[in-house]
Amino acid sequence: MDFFLNRFPAYLDGALITLTVTVLGSALAFVLAMVVGIVGTLRNPAARAVATVYTEAFRGVAALVLLFWFAYAVPQITPYELSPMFAGVLALGLNVGAYGAEVVRAAINAVPRAQTEATIALNMSWGRRMWLVLLPQAWAQMLPTFGNLIIELMKASAIVSLINVADLTDVAGNMRQTTGETVLAYGSAMVMYFAIAQLLIVGMRTLERRANRRLGRAPARGGLRDLLRPPTPGTKVGTAK
Amino acid sequence: MNWDTEFAISIIPQLLQGLVVTIQATVIGYVVALILGLAVAILRRVDYIGPVVFVVFEFIRTTPVLVQLLFVFALAPPTVAPLTIGISVLGVHYAAYTAEVYRSGIEGVAKGQWEACRALSLPPLRVWGAVVMPQAIRKVIPPLGNYLISMFKDTPYLFAITVPEMMFMAKAIGTEAFRSMEAYTLAGLFFLAVSVPSAVIIRRLERRYAAV
Amino acid sequence: MQQSESQSTGAVGARSEQEPSNGEIVRFDQVVKRYGSNVVLNELDFSVAPGERVTLIGPSGSGKTTILRLLMTLESIDGGVIWVNGEPLSHMRRGGKLVKANETHLRRARKSIGMVFQQFNLFPNMSVRKNVTEGPVHSLGVAKDEANQRAEDLLDLVGLSDKIDAHPTQLSGGQQQRVAIARALAMRPQILLLDEVTSALDPELVAGVLDVLRNIAQTTDITMLCVTHEMSFARDVSHRVLMFDEGQVAEEGPPERIFGDPQEERTKSFLKAVLENG
Repeated sequence: MDFFLNRFPAYLDGALITLTVTVLGSALAFVLAMVVGIVGTLRNPAARAVATVYTEAFRGVAALVLLFWFAYAVPQITPYELSPMFAGVLALGLNVGAYGAEVVRAAINAVPRAQTEATIALNMSWGRRMWLVLLPQAWAQMLPTFGNLIIELMKASAIVSLINVADLTDVAGNMRQTTGETVLAYGSAMVMYFAIAQLLIVGMRTLERRANRRLGRAPARGGLRDLLRPPTPGTKVGTAK
Repeated sequence: MNWDTEFAISIIPQLLQGLVVTIQATVIGYVVALILGLAVAILRRVDYIGPVVFVVFEFIRTTPVLVQLLFVFALAPPTVAPLTIGISVLGVHYAAYTAEVYRSGIEGVAKGQWEACRALSLPPLRVWGAVVMPQAIRKVIPPLGNYLISMFKDTPYLFAITVPEMMFMAKAIGTEAFRSMEAYTLAGLFFLAVSVPSAVIIRRLERRYAAV
Repeated sequence: MQQSESQSTGAVGARSEQEPSNGEIVRFDQVVKRYGSNVVLNELDFSVAPGERVTLIGPSGSGKTTILRLLMTLESIDGGVIWVNGEPLSHMRRGGKLVKANETHLRRARKSIGMVFQQFNLFPNMSVRKNVTEGPVHSLGVAKDEANQRAEDLLDLVGLSDKIDAHPTQLSGGQQQRVAIARALAMRPQILLLDEVTSALDPELVAGVLDVLRNIAQTTDITMLCVTHEMSFARDVSHRVLMFDEGQVAEEGPPERIFGDPQEERTKSFLKAVLENG
């Protein structure tokens, strides 16, 4: 306990960096997922092909490979050198965004066909149909998987320590080197990762419940038990890594 | 400095050597995850032990596998090969995921099936072996397949504990020749070459099993 | 702790003195079943004679299905004792006293009882033949050849000889239910429990299943407990009808009397409601 208390400020700094990378990466992933996911539901085959290429390519490559490519290869062919943090956000956002796009596309397509037919009967424009009818219903279905994806992104953010960003993993590595206390150094970091994950899970569950309430669906059970329920694995779009 | 095709071709054999290690680690680690995950899923149904197993694997599931690798690598005696450590940690980490898949598969078997087993007085071994698992397995094959691909894409982490997999090779080439572009691009392409076709196969399986 | 233990065993011990006579194959003795605060069976007493066919009727929630599920040991009992063949089903003897049965006792005890479910509950991963032979081979230890022969005979009895190698998903609901009947009979049970076996069927498939059951009723002396909404079937096959309400027997008697001249107000209004809708 003493070990952890004395070095708490250092770990907190690391946790802040981890959180920053997670939040920025998630934001990028979210925007990409929404745009590419919606494009994937269009009738235009060219637009759909672009969406497919993006999702297949960035789901297929490991985030770590992307990261090294941005950090080490890009400076070689362009005059730009990306800051390590930016390279991390970019690699994580592009990778997880590809998974998210699949989630968005599947969720929109899963809205019952009758809903689309109703909007056609009401002569709604495509934009209004998407914004007012399809997305609000798909949203409730996307959120649980988004929650899983954010946890995965947060865990994957540990790779930025490999390009010298001072995140939680990096702090733990340094602590181990300076103190030689392997168990305490890494154990403290893992406990903090665990805490961040629980925080994110609770946050996502709150969003889920709000989305369901807005659709007039009663929350499954509510209360603390529901917040702590285990995740839904193996959703039909697959879980991200 | 631009793309150098000749150099790129010259490093392919080295990268492929790394790819072999990558695939090796994936396959063995996956087998560990499949077996251990099943054990975890069943243990979670046992009184008293169940909740403990749940918390332990929930912890493993929500903390980065990279940190787990570094942690075990630092603790293990130097006689243990890094590849062994890497495979074990990946296997245990993914067991946390496969356990969830098995659990949902087992819970997906209708309650009436259990009741029919009781009505026929079937012994537990038959209940699990002939009724519950055969039905659960059909439901878990696609998600389990997805985790094989996920695991393949997590093997680059092993480079952090000096396992000579593809990423390790790419980095070594980059440092030696002062050229990173070719090695990392090729590594990325090799990843795509394995994971995209695998994903297509998994989706086929998914559709086939969903149809039955 | 000590005191409460001796009290509870004393109570059950007293009850074990009233062991059922030979004229009874099933006996419910002060049976209580609760779901949370909801009392489904309230100190229920009734018994069934060997070879007797009893139909349980009553409004939904009156505990009819619970009785079958308790007999099949799919539910645990909250009070009282259930006896089958003079042996306790819900409990077992230990040192002259009755204690709650463990899984081994239940596995042995329920071998004399078969059940057909509302939702069929066939094993979808097995062929019709495997469905019917699974129990005899793996729970009774019958030889494979013999079990196969028995399966063929029984499928012939339910009129599905040609479907022996089909899978349940390829069959209609009525056919699935007839396989389920064959599967239950393959265990050679002394007691057959029929839990709303036609409720999940399309109307045109009901008759085929009921015909099979009528046939079994006429040609065997198997004891049957039957929960059903098919009143004409109940009138045809049963020796006795029990009308349930609020976890107790409201009225009982031969079918002619219950259906023709019910005494209780509850029975009258129930029968009126059922016959009007049917």
